[in-house]
Amino acid sequence: MRSAQRTPSLFPLDPELLRDVSLVCLAGGIVGVSFGAIAVAGGLPVWVPVVMSLVVYAGSAQFSAVGVLLAGGGPVAAAATGLLLNTRTAAFSLAVAEHIGRGRLARLAGAHLVTDETVAFTLAQHDPARRRAAFWISGLGMFAVWNAGVLVGALAGSALGDTARYGLDAAFPAVLAALVLPALRKDADVRRAALPGAALALAVTPVVPAGVPVLLALAGLVLHGRGRRRSA
Amino acid sequence: MSATVAVVLVLAVGTYAFRLVGPALHGRVELPARVQELLSAGAVVLLVALLATGALTEGGGLAGWARPAGVLTAGALAWRGAPFAVVVLGAAATTAALRALGIT
Repeated sequence: MRSAQRTPSLFPLDPELLRDVSLVCLAGGIVGVSFGAIAVAGGLPVWVPVVMSLVVYAGSAQFSAVGVLLAGGGPVAAAATGLLLNTRTAAFSLAVAEHIGRGRLARLAGAHLVTDETVAFTLAQHDPARRRAAFWISGLGMFAVWNAGVLVGALAGSALGDTARYGLDAAFPAVLAALVLPALRKDADVRRAALPGAALALAVTPVVPAGVPVLLALAGLVLHGRGRRRSA
Repeated sequence: MSATVAVVLVLAVGTYAFRLVGPALHGRVELPARVQELLSAGAVVLLVALLATGALTEGGGLAGWARPAGVLTAGALAWRGAPFAVVVLGAAATTAALRALGIT
């Protein structure tokens, strides 16, 4: 099945996918530059944002943990905030596990690449080969560009200024909208779970710690499959 | 400084442990079809919740007008089947333009 084929089928290189991933990498790289710059401007040594990005590799958790550290919130609060935000990656890793691959190295390396965006890219594809390609292309691309961006930002400082000026804070929810809305539109079962879940997350955001709202959204899953069973 | 090292280490180990749950269990534990189905639905539920909270809230409060307007534009474009780049750049451009006009 391998090697005899002339066209490698392991990673179907879809130009459209490559283009979409590149765009998200570009946006991620710019946010990485701003993360590096904010951490160093706040008084942390250069190695902190750089090493943290390599070994933690989770944008929102990194921003929150560094924010707590810089605000004098203490190491326990910083670690707890970041971990709470990253709890969702456990659910994400279960959802994409079959697309990561079976080898030991693939499992160990692939696990580190599980992010909101890689999961959204992966699940937006329709067949297993494309899902696997989407996972690895977006995972490796974003890891490389995010870390390069953080290094540049940590060394070069805040030359970019406030990234809110470029509307980048709207770009990331927009990435999720582009990747998730087609599934939501097609699949009434998922819609029935996701919309009340999101409403619940919004409602509790003012009163619970960051990271908890999206976890509570999973309660929407009790509604998954309701309509189907009723009609069956 | 050792406290900062501890924060980075704890975050790194904890986050990796969360991420390893799926790949470590896959193929070793046979999950019923219904659970599999709920896992992929759960991922979409999480992504939609991240989309909603990321679009509308900031630090536990409302995110103002510019960002929600940008994401709403993205939502409308995505729903109508616009290409990915149009959706993402449309959101950033809308938000950036509103901010340039003084609407935050």
